[in-house]
Amino acid sequence: MMHIKHEAEERHVLTVTVDNEAGILAKIAGLFTARGYNIDSLTVADITENHAVSRITIVTHGPPSQIDQIHAQLERLVPVHKVVDLTEAGPFVQRELALIKVAGMGEKRVEALRIADVFRAKPVDTSTSSFIFELTGAPDKIDTFVAIMRELGLVEVGRTGVVGMIRGAEEA
Amino acid sequence: MGARIRIPPQWRVRSRVEKEWVVSEERSGANILVESLAKQGVEFVFGYPGGAVLPIYDALFGEERIRHILVRHEAGAAHAAEGYARSTGKPGVVLVTSGPGATNAMTGIADAFLDSIPLVVITGQVPTALIGSDAFQEADTVGISRHCTKHNYLVKDPADLAAVVDEAFQIATTGRPGPVLIDIPKDVQIAMAAWSDSPPQRRQRYAPRTQGASEEIEQAVEMIASARAPILYTGGGVINSGPKATALLRELQKRTGAPVTSTLMGLGAFPADHPDWLGMLGMHGTYEANMAMNQSDLIVCVGARFDDRVTGRLDAFAPNSKKIHIDIDRSSINKTVPVDLPVIGDCAQVLEQILDAWGDRKAQDLTGWKGRIDTWRERKSLSFPANADAIMPQLAIQRLFELTKDKDPIISTEVGQHQMWAAQHFHFFSPNKWLTSGGLGTMGYGLPAAIGAQLGNPDTLVIDVAGDASIQMNIQELGTATQYRLPVKIFILNNEWMGMVRQWQELTYESRYSNSYSDSLPDFVKLAEAYGWKGIRIANESELDAGIQAMMDYPGPVIVDCCVHNEANCFPMIPSGAAHTEMILYGDTVAGTMDDEAKALV
Repeated sequence: MMHIKHEAEERHVLTVTVDNEAGILAKIAGLFTARGYNIDSLTVADITENHAVSRITIVTHGPPSQIDQIHAQLERLVPVHKVVDLTEAGPFVQRELALIKVAGMGEKRVEALRIADVFRAKPVDTSTSSFIFELTGAPDKIDTFVAIMRELGLVEVGRTGVVGMIRGAEEA
Repeated sequence: MGARIRIPPQWRVRSRVEKEWVVSEERSGANILVESLAKQGVEFVFGYPGGAVLPIYDALFGEERIRHILVRHEAGAAHAAEGYARSTGKPGVVLVTSGPGATNAMTGIADAFLDSIPLVVITGQVPTALIGSDAFQEADTVGISRHCTKHNYLVKDPADLAAVVDEAFQIATTGRPGPVLIDIPKDVQIAMAAWSDSPPQRRQRYAPRTQGASEEIEQAVEMIASARAPILYTGGGVINSGPKATALLRELQKRTGAPVTSTLMGLGAFPADHPDWLGMLGMHGTYEANMAMNQSDLIVCVGARFDDRVTGRLDAFAPNSKKIHIDIDRSSINKTVPVDLPVIGDCAQVLEQILDAWGDRKAQDLTGWKGRIDTWRERKSLSFPANADAIMPQLAIQRLFELTKDKDPIISTEVGQHQMWAAQHFHFFSPNKWLTSGGLGTMGYGLPAAIGAQLGNPDTLVIDVAGDASIQMNIQELGTATQYRLPVKIFILNNEWMGMVRQWQELTYESRYSNSYSDSLPDFVKLAEAYGWKGIRIANESELDAGIQAMMDYPGPVIVDCCVHNEANCFPMIPSGAAHTEMILYGDTVAGTMDDEAKALV
């Protein structure tokens, strides 16, 4: 009898700067599927004035040897300028933005607003029976907030995925 | 329009209005493409026309600098370009139409990707405005080829074409070589753009590291100099790096005295008659090569990639050895086997750096190590039983080698038992003589590859060693050889089976021969004659030498249908999921089944 074995996995945040050309996102996303790597989140936007270069932040998990391969395989793509494994490179900041819709009346509604204040979540839309909160932070902060809101009438969650940057004066 | 003056051909364009040669600063996309290919020194384009490439075919009409080779199927075009590239060291160029043209070529592109063969593939595409509309003969070529090309492009403006072609050739041929695809919509082929004869501005975004870091080189030299049981494990990277890498490898071996083994792709980099040559390693490698890998204290991997066919069971692979891995592709390092010292760079440059750093050091005394290797050699792992009734396929290859070796032939193969027998029993002494599909394992590779090689090497004897099943996968290319009067030879080891499938079924599925019998085989002699080739059948051992001689004596293309023993197996063999030390040799008792863990491996 044969069973599939699993290895211990790590979570890594990678930033990838690329030529902003047609198909590059498909190349990167497809590389992950083709080689059986995981994508937990992926964000992309162009970061130069002439829109020539984009920065992609990928959160992935896998065994350390696989993380190293992901790094090498990404660098192999011609339009990729640079890959930085923030998790390896040193202390780094990671933030994501979430929109969280909560509906409820009476005590629950008041409690939701009070907790939002504790988390510094900003109500960006409101009706007599609902709020949409905007919350920025590290993923676990958003996880916690969403978990609490689940008890108070959570309707819908939208998250951007992580954007990360190395701490200190230097460019990574 | 334009001045009517005599101008050199490369400046001429046919004016659609006046049908005369005029000087023009604007050219069609198709014309820019052809001009750019000519500037790259392209001699041959392997292709097949169709609706979406008609403008390019029109631009090729009457073109004297580039010779178009019309294949019979687009798969043949890609493999022929591979054969040309592998045997000449120059990039192969393919031109096919959209949709089925592109998808048919895809197997050859994937093959070139895995074996690191430089190709530039031009595909036609439906007009820009129709892309995404499920138009006639539309396929998402860029999407389909994304993960089997080194890079690909969809060109939307003829003004970009010259720069794209220039970069495509750079990417295909430098760093770790590979296929690059350029998809050109039909309207982009027709539309006009400014053309300049000066080379396009390069974007300088692709600059692979070719030089090893000096501390890595020093460390490598230390490790090699102190090893008591070193082995050089070389691969296709040595061939890809060019003839200089081959010469430097031989020099390094001379200075260090280390024995040499090679992967399937690397055969020819080291001469097979050298006393320190161990033969090929891996699943069907020699006993001495695999045992030496297993027992070595240092493996110097030069341009190879620890493929699963080479390592066998990973947790038992060379357990006591340090490993140096020289590779131009950083993603090959630590992919399957963790190494102690990676050296990222081009094989030739790194070998040269190592030799410089080695200077006049004295090599270790390796007498003890070589003595152990000699005991492994004594197992004579390539021996096979004689057979009075049928030609043993190994013998057929041995005779083919003996009778053709003076001509220094180029050998291509299909995929299967015959391929492994050719690798084991045909011997190579120089690079670019051995063309085989190693990574993808593509049946149908050998005949078109031989055609490409013959075009690139018109005075060389080119032989496709084939099997009865494989040869049928691109049999239509017989017509291509006929058309271009190419004297390629096909030597079929005909055992009436998909031999390697049959062998695995015998060893792992208790001889349940599910669909591996080659039923309804054609009469290969008549088939040869139908295509204007010569057909020769060898049915008995007594006819073997004369048949091979007749094949060589005939000035045109020949199919030799060599009827061999139907049930011969390819040994030695490391069974799926086994270690190097668990090789099966001829005469060993082989169990008829395997556990599920072994069956699950490829």
